[in-house]
Amino acid sequence: MIENLNILINEIYKIFLLLIPILTAVAMIVWLDRRVWAFVQKRRGPNVVGPFGLFQSLADALKYIFKEIIIPASANKIIFILAPIVTMTLALVAWAVIPFSEEIVIADINVGILYLFAVSSLGVYGIIMGGWASNSKYPFLGAIRSAAQMVSYEVSIGVIIINVLLCVGSLNLTDIVLAQENLWYIVPLFPMFVIFFISALAETNRPPFDLPEAEAELVAGYQTEYSGMMYAMFWLGEYANILLMCSMGSILFLGGWLSPIDIYPFTLVPAPLWLILKILLLFILFSLVKAIVPRYRYDQLMKLGWKIFLPLSLTWVVLTASYLFYFNLLPVN
Amino acid sequence: MKISRFIKTILLLDFISGLIIAIKESFKSKKTLNYPFEKGKISPRFRGEHALRRYPNGEERCIACKLCEAVCPAQAITIESTEREDGSRKTTRYDIDMLKCIYCGLCEESCPVDAIVQGPNFEFSTETREELYYNKEKLLDNGDRWESILAANIKADNPYR
Repeated sequence: MIENLNILINEIYKIFLLLIPILTAVAMIVWLDRRVWAFVQKRRGPNVVGPFGLFQSLADALKYIFKEIIIPASANKIIFILAPIVTMTLALVAWAVIPFSEEIVIADINVGILYLFAVSSLGVYGIIMGGWASNSKYPFLGAIRSAAQMVSYEVSIGVIIINVLLCVGSLNLTDIVLAQENLWYIVPLFPMFVIFFISALAETNRPPFDLPEAEAELVAGYQTEYSGMMYAMFWLGEYANILLMCSMGSILFLGGWLSPIDIYPFTLVPAPLWLILKILLLFILFSLVKAIVPRYRYDQLMKLGWKIFLPLSLTWVVLTASYLFYFNLLPVN
Repeated sequence: MKISRFIKTILLLDFISGLIIAIKESFKSKKTLNYPFEKGKISPRFRGEHALRRYPNGEERCIACKLCEAVCPAQAITIESTEREDGSRKTTRYDIDMLKCIYCGLCEESCPVDAIVQGPNFEFSTETREELYYNKEKLLDNGDRWESILAANIKADNPYR
């Protein structure tokens, strides 16, 4: 009994050790996003609260906590309240399998990438629930758009992941990273990395694919009726998802926690820091894209997903498979 | 589709050149002011918070002619007056509802003695609505506080009035 309790406490301790830095990182990343966006537009961005405005997100969060939560009279109360909780929980749950180094990972399961993919696919439920339960036209339209968009781009992300898996021969995220010790997959699979990046933008509803919350036509999309802490939870979940996509990109293509060159000064940097640096790099690219690219039209978005990305990534699967087969490079376990 | 266009699309060349421009621009000097710490220049005609001015000897300028009250399009001004012992007409009440005020500057223009003016101050937000119902005391206090700037502004704008 006491042994079990010990294990339980140990696990909870580990989970908190991961969750608290991630939530802090999400707050910091929102600040970084706004700063990068402002810098491209030659503005200053949030720079007053704390050093360089670092505590801006904390101040915002505090404001959201003290704001009144308004639930529309005609809303489906239970689902309305559940939606942001689902979004945030699913965004955080996925972090369990992300390996920060060979040892630092909460759940080193054999089907890690499948789990990651499944959980990030479930993320769309939070948005659909929020949009439907609001019982209002803009959230509903936003939710429908978002569902169609996320489902379409998940397909191409799935096919891209197959490319990587063909080279690795394992679904375990740690194995995927270790297989890149000699050569990061961004080099042989560069076109797939580009498609992955663009699909990740669509998957997380970032500009130029932010149609579900296109403020010009849908007010704020599925978040329109939300206020106070519930809105903040959507927002936390969204950014946690973006971070997750960035870490997925760095694990699949940028060699996870591995240092770029295995020589003296680079090996001094601890492994988790490399992963964090890679995530940051990808995230800065995410925010730069937000600053420079105009929003897609909805039919263009669908065309890009189904008519360009899907055939392209499928062709690449065939190419990778035949290359590996021909040169007898297929990983056999 | 032309071949060159096709290659451009496939290699995302437009996107990459845009990205490079964005990165270059982000290191250039900022075009906005660091607002609470540095402020933009304000014209002498700026129509900000109201103030009631006094003559240098301390006498109120306002003669209770009620022109400002009459001209005010938002009907934000309320004036009551009596005759003082020395026979002059002075206000007993001069209220401006700053929530109604549209900052058009007609009160300032209509005033024959430059008593009611709009100063350069635009940072007078409050936490309650009641604090924005200005009375005579508050307006005179504003006048005393901003007098040097108000006088300079009126002088600077004088050739154009």
